[in-house]
Amino acid sequence: MWRQTKTIAGFTALEARRGRLLRLMAATLLAAFLLSEIAAAASVTESNAIRLAFLASTLRVAAVFVVAAFIAGSIAREQADKGSEMVLSLPLPRHVYYLGKLAGFAVIAVVIVVLYALLVALHSPFTQALLWAASLLCELLIIVAFTLLCSFTFAQVPVVLSAVAAFYLLSRTMEAIRLMSRGPLVDATEPSSRLIAAIVDGIAYALPDLGRFTPTDWLVYQSGGIGELVGIAAQTTIYVTLLVAAGLFDLYRRNF
Amino acid sequence: MGARERSIAAVPLSVAAVLPLALAAQLYWHHRLPAPSASATELAAPPPRPVLEVAAAGDRTSFAKVLMLRLQAFDNQPGISIPFRALDYSRVIAWLGAILRLDERAAYPLLAAARLYGEVPEPAKQRMMLEFVHEEFLKDPNRRWPWMAHAVFVARHRLHDMPLALRYADALATHVTDTRVPSWVTQMNIFVRVDMGETEAAKVLLGGLLESGRVTDPAERRFLMRRLEELERSGGK
Repeated sequence: MWRQTKTIAGFTALEARRGRLLRLMAATLLAAFLLSEIAAAASVTESNAIRLAFLASTLRVAAVFVVAAFIAGSIAREQADKGSEMVLSLPLPRHVYYLGKLAGFAVIAVVIVVLYALLVALHSPFTQALLWAASLLCELLIIVAFTLLCSFTFAQVPVVLSAVAAFYLLSRTMEAIRLMSRGPLVDATEPSSRLIAAIVDGIAYALPDLGRFTPTDWLVYQSGGIGELVGIAAQTTIYVTLLVAAGLFDLYRRNF
Repeated sequence: MGARERSIAAVPLSVAAVLPLALAAQLYWHHRLPAPSASATELAAPPPRPVLEVAAAGDRTSFAKVLMLRLQAFDNQPGISIPFRALDYSRVIAWLGAILRLDERAAYPLLAAARLYGEVPEPAKQRMMLEFVHEEFLKDPNRRWPWMAHAVFVARHRLHDMPLALRYADALATHVTDTRVPSWVTQMNIFVRVDMGETEAAKVLLGGLLESGRVTDPAERRFLMRRLEELERSGGK
């Protein structure tokens, strides 16, 4: 099983190389670099902090977009070409195919993180850049698993990308939304306010707390620690397992 | 069951077992996280102008509007409410100035300065905001006079600082040249002088205004003449 998973993962990674994903990564790197240099040059003080803040936030969003777009396009293309049906007609358990795809996309996420972290490490202490990179990898692994689940469920690229964007934004802003649902402008005695707060809490339970992932202040203020990374890794393990189980559940029930 | 779906029995037991277990783990993990706590975020200084220009992505007007709403909502951060007077006013002014540089025709930053941030019960902060309005007024008097007129009102009735009110009223009289601007705007300095007891100076100004022919409306001329007569009757007291 391991050999078959590795083969599928290898072909998935090869597709990324042939699909000129590396060039797209290089372009995003260059754009983030130029933007951060403009910001640093224009600043009166804290120029390195401003450079790092622009670089880290731009690269994080770019990484999420590049990975999600590639997965959505790759799976949609494979389904249109009937490639997935051909693979699943082989004597191969469905979970091997799914995990192979997941592993291939995870390898691509690792490559993106390594390239991006090298640029970040030029301007920040190496250990903090390492922690930041590890956290970004965790964030991308969740995005990889979620995009894969959506790609098999929805098949249409615009729908998949919209779902991923909504999931990412909601997960990143959930803490603020929860606070606002109980904020000073909310009348807590109103049943409707309590109902809304309960619904928001319910949604928060089902989402990963991405607001704690990959904080820029680790790089700017050197405040990252291994303890926080352990929590992030644990949340990633739980959430990726949940998404993979949901994806496999869907895949096993599907008739091709 | 739809034609595209197989029975749940087609799902291997291991997958069917992992799904609820992983969901339970996620719920437990979320449950043990500390509850979100509200903390006031300090208003940061605005980025340099070139950075704002790049961030506007070619649409400076829209970006300025978004920044203005963000600044105005800064008092109500998630889960916490901060009084305007608790804000760092030098930074608020820096943001208002930056927004005006992006959208020079915008009235919102000056309105916010005069009527929102300028009405907090802290004289020092009110003065800072009025001074900002005055500086910006001088850059485009014929467009920005309404906020300067409001600054006269705040200086006169809120701060009870008549010399400051007079300085702003004089600025209106000196710099506003557009004939479409209501004449009361350029006459404010006369009435502030009357309130200050400088009736002689007020008489001279009022007489000069009537002589100049700038006041053409008959009713307005009658009103001003009556005020001039009252001043003369009071004998400059």
